[in-house]
Amino acid sequence: MRHLLAIGDLDRAGIEAILDRAESFAEVGRRDIKKVPTLRGRTVVSLFYESSTRTSASFELAAKRLSADLISLKAVGSSVDKGESLKDTCATLSAYDPAAIVIRHPYAGAAQLVADWSEAAVVNAGDGKHEHPSQALLDLFTLRRRLGSLEGRRIWIVGDVLHSRVARSNLAAFQAMGAGVTVCGPPALIPRDIEQLGCTVSYSLDGLGEADVVYALRLQRERMRESFVPSVREYAAHFQIDSRRLGPRQLLMHPGPVNRGVELSGEVIDSPQSLMIEQVASGLVVRMAILYELLAARGEHPTPAAAGDPAPAATPIGRSA
Amino acid sequence: MTPRETLDMRSGEGADVVLRGATLLDPVAGIEGVHDVVVRSGRIAELATPGVAADGLEEIEAEGLHAFPAFFDPHVHLRVPGHEHKEDIETGTRAAAAGGYCGVVAMANTEPPISTPAEVEALREAARQSASIPVGFLATITHEMKGEELTEMAALREAGALGFSDDGVPVVSARMLRRALQYQRLCGGTIFLHEEDPELSRDGVMHEGSVSAALGLAGIPSVSESTMIARDAALAGYEGGRIHVLHASAAESVEVVAAAKAAGIQITCEASPHHLCLTDEEVRSLDPCRFKMSPPLRSEADRQALIAGLRSGVIDCIGTDHAPHAAEEKEVPFEQAVDGVTGSETAFAALHTSLVLPGVIDLALLVERLSAGAGLVGLERPTLASGSQANIALCDLSAVWTVGEEGYESRSANSWCAGRELTGRVAMTFAGGQVAYRLRSFSLGVAA
Repeated sequence: MRHLLAIGDLDRAGIEAILDRAESFAEVGRRDIKKVPTLRGRTVVSLFYESSTRTSASFELAAKRLSADLISLKAVGSSVDKGESLKDTCATLSAYDPAAIVIRHPYAGAAQLVADWSEAAVVNAGDGKHEHPSQALLDLFTLRRRLGSLEGRRIWIVGDVLHSRVARSNLAAFQAMGAGVTVCGPPALIPRDIEQLGCTVSYSLDGLGEADVVYALRLQRERMRESFVPSVREYAAHFQIDSRRLGPRQLLMHPGPVNRGVELSGEVIDSPQSLMIEQVASGLVVRMAILYELLAARGEHPTPAAAGDPAPAATPIGRSA
Repeated sequence: MTPRETLDMRSGEGADVVLRGATLLDPVAGIEGVHDVVVRSGRIAELATPGVAADGLEEIEAEGLHAFPAFFDPHVHLRVPGHEHKEDIETGTRAAAAGGYCGVVAMANTEPPISTPAEVEALREAARQSASIPVGFLATITHEMKGEELTEMAALREAGALGFSDDGVPVVSARMLRRALQYQRLCGGTIFLHEEDPELSRDGVMHEGSVSAALGLAGIPSVSESTMIARDAALAGYEGGRIHVLHASAAESVEVVAAAKAAGIQITCEASPHHLCLTDEEVRSLDPCRFKMSPPLRSEADRQALIAGLRSGVIDCIGTDHAPHAAEEKEVPFEQAVDGVTGSETAFAALHTSLVLPGVIDLALLVERLSAGAGLVGLERPTLASGSQANIALCDLSAVWTVGEEGYESRSANSWCAGRELTGRVAMTFAGGQVAYRLRSFSLGVAA
């Protein structure tokens, strides 16, 4: 794997390799010393053109846990704020010889362009409404821990599918692992012809009972202004996941941040069926696994610490020293 | 008062050549077969039996090459004034000449837009200085394309505007278009329309369908185009006006134009080479340099409807919508990139490769539709008939070439064909009686 730009870049075995690697990092995370030397002396750039809390925090912590040097750039207050083009920013960053660039950008295809314009391995941390593959991988990791295999499971993705990069990556990821997916929401927020991607479309929650997993999406307030839905109240009346609609055996996920009382009612967020806290915890170890697979697996590792010995990657510094 | 339609080009010597043994095809004039084409002082003097005496003419070995009436493009952007970093009259007409064109119509969405007689006159003068093929200039329908007030259409016509267009943007106000159609009775001049309902297109950057669903890009629905054509056809019918639909892209649009024609409305319609050859599947590459334009590449069903329209005549002609842009305007994420691709240099080769060679359409149909644009603006169609001005595209139908490998005549490189291998190439173009283009690698002729 040279870059992680879209879920479609991975086959099922590739996905499982990352999830297995994440398991070994989860084990490291339970130790006193949580840091491993794998990426010592290598540089990871975190380049965020959009605000983000959990994605940027977990990628940055993941890079530090792997002992990489981290450069963290936010669009606000940097040269990109002054009108520098993405291409010029890539050229500038190349001077630091980064091993990986993690990029979040408001427009589709930005991560691909960075991959074209730089020597670094590129991780797409969200490009416009296109893809957010690390989110999909952490969701798979969370579900695998709870359910085991996803083969034959039914997953409903509910809400603003039209504007959601998470929906697109997760649809592909769930399908790749053998699950059947229904996308559900108001018609104006379901992309035309999306059923051609292999999912079922529902404009009501009536059939929700069949779902093993309900994956709710964030509904941004600005959608109301554009008349995609007439009002929060109308949306909630038809599409909010609440304790009346969520069965006791169904699992609930959400990529965060949640609009309490809009797409989810308060009581389901705090219910034992909710996997939201596990999703955040998974984010760290899965992002460590992604950086590892891109930079350290396949014998590309330049430092002697792990050269020719990729298997014990999860060795804590304390033991290998 | 209907001024004579005029085109402008650089003055020069009329060609004196003989094309030896060319295979002629002029489907409108019914000319076919192998002839020596004798051109004297820029006119086709004779279609002779091979072996005619050259007597002082430059002899060009054209055996195995095809001679067609040169093409006419009703839709190019020469970017003058204001955007000379993308193209100018010299480079834009050279690109068209390299594509086998003997005439182009330049759109008026420049900086500033062409809204006054002085601006039309300045462009015509510039064309007389630097255009290697004849150019006609349109003026805007509404002042500076703001959609708020009509330009002085009669004065613009007197200054030599060939017609009117706000291309780049639609005429949103039905009232404004109606006024223009009423005024057209006074001053003539075809009204060229960019058909799009901005309320339906909104922030869209590609065709709305399964590919936009997969990419998460905002879609432009086909009905954004077809509903506007329906509205404008109804207005043209009501006022008895004449309109030309630029760059039709959707199956629904072809249906609407067909119905309007059947109802006797004076409406003509063009399709672009890229809409006839490509679909929205190309956008999966997220490459705006080759695949972002307005209207967007649509589905295979839409492409097939355009091809059917080309065959049936619902689509009268091919217009390239040659839209040059600088590299930095395209080297950005898809959604941020400007719309438009270049097409003058590759139209014939691309359509020959994609539609003629696989047997989708006949060569004769392609040749006819590539030159039919002249008729839309009241000009005589280019023809190979003896006695007519030399407007000839000499083409090597078996030449295989990779687009962009040797650069472009255009100042810009945003060709939708970039990197494609095409079969068929223009070797030489005669436009307005002059030799407008010779392919560098086509070593021609023995001086007599």
